[in-house]
Amino acid sequence: MEAWQPSELELDRRLQRRRASRRSVLVALVSTVAFAAVAAWLVVSSPDWESVRNTFFNLEIAKDSFPKILEGLWLNIRVLFFATIVVAVVATLLATMRSLRGPVFFPLRALATGYTDLFRGLPVLIVLYLVGFGIPGLNTEVRIPVAVLGTIAISLCYSAYVAEVLRAGMEAVHPSQRIAARSLGLSHAQTLRMVVIPQALRKVVPALMNDFVSMQKDVGLISVLGAVDAVRAAQIVQQQTYNFTPYVVAGLLFVAMSFPMIRLTDAVSARMAKREQQGGTV
Amino acid sequence: MNAANRATVLELQGVHKLFGDNHVLKGVDLEIASHEVVVVIGASGSGKSTLMRTINLIERVDDGRILLSGDDITDPAVDVDKVRARIGVVFQHFNLFPHMRVIDNVTLAARKVHGIAPDVARDRAIGLLEKFGLGEKVDDYPDRLSGGQQQRVAIVRAIMTDPELLLLDEITSALDPMLVGEVLDLVRDLKAQGSTMLMATHEMSFARSVADRIVFMHSGRPLEVGTPEQIFGDPQQPETREFLARVTHR
Ligand SMILES: Nc1ncnc2c1ncn2[C@@H]1O[C@H](COP(=O)(O)OP(=O)(O)O)[C@@H](O)[C@H]1O
Ligand SMILES: [Mg+2]
Repeated sequence: MEAWQPSELELDRRLQRRRASRRSVLVALVSTVAFAAVAAWLVVSSPDWESVRNTFFNLEIAKDSFPKILEGLWLNIRVLFFATIVVAVVATLLATMRSLRGPVFFPLRALATGYTDLFRGLPVLIVLYLVGFGIPGLNTEVRIPVAVLGTIAISLCYSAYVAEVLRAGMEAVHPSQRIAARSLGLSHAQTLRMVVIPQALRKVVPALMNDFVSMQKDVGLISVLGAVDAVRAAQIVQQQTYNFTPYVVAGLLFVAMSFPMIRLTDAVSARMAKREQQGGTV
Repeated sequence: MNAANRATVLELQGVHKLFGDNHVLKGVDLEIASHEVVVVIGASGSGKSTLMRTINLIERVDDGRILLSGDDITDPAVDVDKVRARIGVVFQHFNLFPHMRVIDNVTLAARKVHGIAPDVARDRAIGLLEKFGLGEKVDDYPDRLSGGQQQRVAIVRAIMTDPELLLLDEITSALDPMLVGEVLDLVRDLKAQGSTMLMATHEMSFARSVADRIVFMHSGRPLEVGTPEQIFGDPQQPETREFLARVTHR
């Protein structure tokens, strides 16, 4: 069989498409540069620009505070790491507990429901105060590091959010899938682990990633307990210098930290939407 | 067909099933011998699926007993997972797990329920898939398969572990007419190999050609049971005649 070669017609169409896409990239580039120039000119030419720049964008202070803030951010990253693990485990347990059927499991179901209702409603800050200052008050003998208390508080809140997302995903798995699994002789636990949860996870990946992004910045709240994280490090410099640049630095670092995840979330959501559109018969 | 001196695989004794006030099965008696193919026909809502689901212990019977190779599987002390592992089931749709490749779908129960070594299970699965014209699809996900291919994979999955009984509930009803044939051909192959089957179908010509016995379900009971020649050629009950007239003259 002779190999297929694109016809003149198709080659011409491809050329046209390439030209069109080059043109749109150019248009986008020019308009972006023009827009940025106007915005920058407006800011710089405003009468207060000089003092704004000194208070928020002081390069000298930024350079000085950067290492301390970065060191603080390392604490945030560690808190995030452990909180993510705890949340993954606890949220899966909660979601599974809520999905149990039968009267025997009523207490477990009720417990899980009560927990998620409570912690989804409580402001993270209140939980932080209660855990961060309340738990040490119970027992003054053992000193638990504030970062650990902060991790616990963040985990408590996010376990509730993530459990709800997971449960919604589990309920979106078609009931026939459970029946098909049970018909093969898989136990209830095996069905959950091998059939329901993997499908549920796929359905809620974008939502979970969003929760993760949100947790990435909420770990900055542990500074209220006195943990020297990025926010607290910035605050210390701010109090010494009466300059707000350290907060801008910390803020930019948090944005930089979450940026890959945000882009990844977008990409994954787009890919899933595309896959849905192609359609499948299952 | 002499079923009398073969071992009995399935025996239903006065099985009742109610959904609230809806008395769906009103004392069903039925025996299936080894290697026998029994086809259940009947109007939609006559309880064909319910019958299969009680056998598979997905629905609990409200009265009567079900024996699988002599074991009372309706005994409350029975391990339902073990019973289900002895019965292969294919439903109308949503059989396959969309997040697993064909090979993993087919070998899942063998590996996780029957404790067969993964490479042994894999070899057997590939052998079966190739035999039934699905050799190319081993590593595909179900959504890349046609409906007919999906159902054939589901059947291969059901026979992977040599079940004592195969339950097929309207496995072609959700399919494009073009794809029904390939699935039914596979069922014919299984019959030729001696599988014991209980199936519900609306494909009357297929039922006629493949069944050793036909069961006509009506008002929660097997109203008429007989060979395809008896049921299609000389139905005794007026309800059977009426049903056949409706489904064959369309
Ligand atoms: N899970 C269920 N809950 C309540 N009613 C049911 C359920 N499953 C089936 N039924 C009822 O049982 C009757 C028989 O249904 P089914 O066994 O599906 O019939 P068939 O498969 O012959 O079409 C119908 O009236 C149906 O509404
Ligand atoms: Mg049915």
